Amino acid sequence: MTTTLPARPVIETPRPVAIAPRRRKPRAYKIFRVVALTLTVLLFIAPLVWMFVASLKTNVDIYDASKTVFFTPTLSNYDNVLSRNNYFGFIFNSFWVALLSTLFSLLIGVPAAYAMSRFAMHRSALVVLMARIIPGVSLLVPWYFIFANMRMVGGFGVLILSHMFVALPLIVYIMISYFDSTPLELEEQAQVDGLTHIGAFLRITLPLSVPGLATAGILSFIFSWNNFMFALVLSGANTKTLPVAIFNFVSYASIDWGSLMAAAVVVTVPIMVIALFTQKYIVSGLTAGATKG
Amino acid sequence: MTTMVTTKPSMWKNYSTWANRHRKWLFASPAMIFVGLLIAVPLGWTLYLSVTDSEGSVRAASNLVGLSNYLEVLTDTERFWPAVMRTFVFTGGALAIELVLGMCIALLLWRPFRGEKWVRVAILLPLVATPVAVGMMWRLIFDPNIGFANQVLSWIGIPAQPWLSGQYTALPTLMFVDIWQWTPMVVLMLLAGLTSLSDEPDEAARIDGANSWQRFWFVTLPLLRATVIVTIVLRGIDALKTFDILYATKGKGGGSFHEVETLNIYAFGLSFDYNDYGIASTVLILFFLLIIAIMWVLTYRRKANRS
Repeated sequence: MTTTLPARPVIETPRPVAIAPRRRKPRAYKIFRVVALTLTVLLFIAPLVWMFVASLKTNVDIYDASKTVFFTPTLSNYDNVLSRNNYFGFIFNSFWVALLSTLFSLLIGVPAAYAMSRFAMHRSALVVLMARIIPGVSLLVPWYFIFANMRMVGGFGVLILSHMFVALPLIVYIMISYFDSTPLELEEQAQVDGLTHIGAFLRITLPLSVPGLATAGILSFIFSWNNFMFALVLSGANTKTLPVAIFNFVSYASIDWGSLMAAAVVVTVPIMVIALFTQKYIVSGLTAGATKG
Repeated sequence: MTTMVTTKPSMWKNYSTWANRHRKWLFASPAMIFVGLLIAVPLGWTLYLSVTDSEGSVRAASNLVGLSNYLEVLTDTERFWPAVMRTFVFTGGALAIELVLGMCIALLLWRPFRGEKWVRVAILLPLVATPVAVGMMWRLIFDPNIGFANQVLSWIGIPAQPWLSGQYTALPTLMFVDIWQWTPMVVLMLLAGLTSLSDEPDEAARIDGANSWQRFWFVTLPLLRATVIVTIVLRGIDALKTFDILYATKGKGGGSFHEVETLNIYAFGLSFDYNDYGIASTVLILFFLLIIAIMWVLTYRRKANRS
């Protein structure tokens, strides 16, 4: 592992001899770097490609080692998954649960993050962030019985509430660091101009925070879409989300690999498409706090 | 907000003044109430269950048994301590490799190059992929009979491995899956840290004649310490709680020999397969305390280092 860097523009000053060797290296380093980067990309992408390819094969072809690369693609697995196993219903469930849990979490999380940032409510912030540390299983048993008493288990309400447990701390965490970095001056200026504190928040700070809101919203949608454990316990036959549906695909007798891979593609592709278009926001959200220390 | 009001204030104005004065708690309380009702109350209940012999149904009569559950769990060398061990092996092993590999990739990506955008997209995809689907994907690749992994091994003349179905190979295989999915996260965190560094210390070290390894080890890495610790904390919390890929590939109880049964999987099984709520809650409280202890050590050391 070498960290020699490609040449970059620096102010031209007479250089001491010690840095001369750097000039001789770049070619070898460039080749090394291209090879290393290619391997990295392959390592991360190849399994996904494999999944996609397998979803286009019949089960006979999957079991045939000679058909690893050359085979006749078929959409029968998708047909099986989508039309015969009601995956449109599961997509619908996953989508609504993710969307509503994200919206509700934004609704209560963003003002909270604002107050915590502006009034330096470190202890309250810590309480909300504790939710990131608590193992979800430790809440599931009480939840299950509370919501069973309220006849809510198997409904959408309980799924949305449980997914908010993941979304809310994430949103508060991202938005606190976002509000911390938005200047107070604009709000103060707005108050001089006659807006109330809340008015300044709603009409000045909030519109300026759209990138932060997008980051928090997209990430919380993704985490909710991917969530498995809560839906595994709390969803019913009609409210099953995609990850649970995929898990149920595996029976003990034999696995229908082609359809299983098609189902896996169906659940991952929407989220990957979202990720491609919102890459910037996702990265800034995931790395929030990375440079604060 | 204390201007003299000469006309009779409308209801709205009254309300608005009140809301603005109490905006701190008005803004914070919905989230705090949510946390209180959905997290603090259930957690308290779990704490209570851990000192009862509750079993079968939470509504069924149960007796307070004091700390005997804790005694039972802490002396259980058959399921509990092996689960603790596996949790540590899984988290420690995966995290260590993710950090080293992540650092290498982050350094490769540090300086701009052509096609950078595509490489970044490539490393983002595993990160956002649904863990259950990822588990199923690797289950096919690591299938002992038809999987691509053994096919590759056969090309280079290595005998087929049992991978996920082997008693001793399952946990390392799942660590590999975790590494595949989460190294990108480490890369992104470290890259954010690297990009925020100023060039000067590195430049100064180069002028002083330091080679690239020395510059990385004595200049870049110490400057990056805060980022590395945040990465360890965030990734460590998630790795300790890993559930989806373990459950999706090995099912209940972490396989027939409990070979991948970590604390989270063990507690889930106790809760929803055995309905042994007393013991399950005890395991969960201990698990929670363990996570807090680890986080405390990491953040405490950070403060100690800073002062």
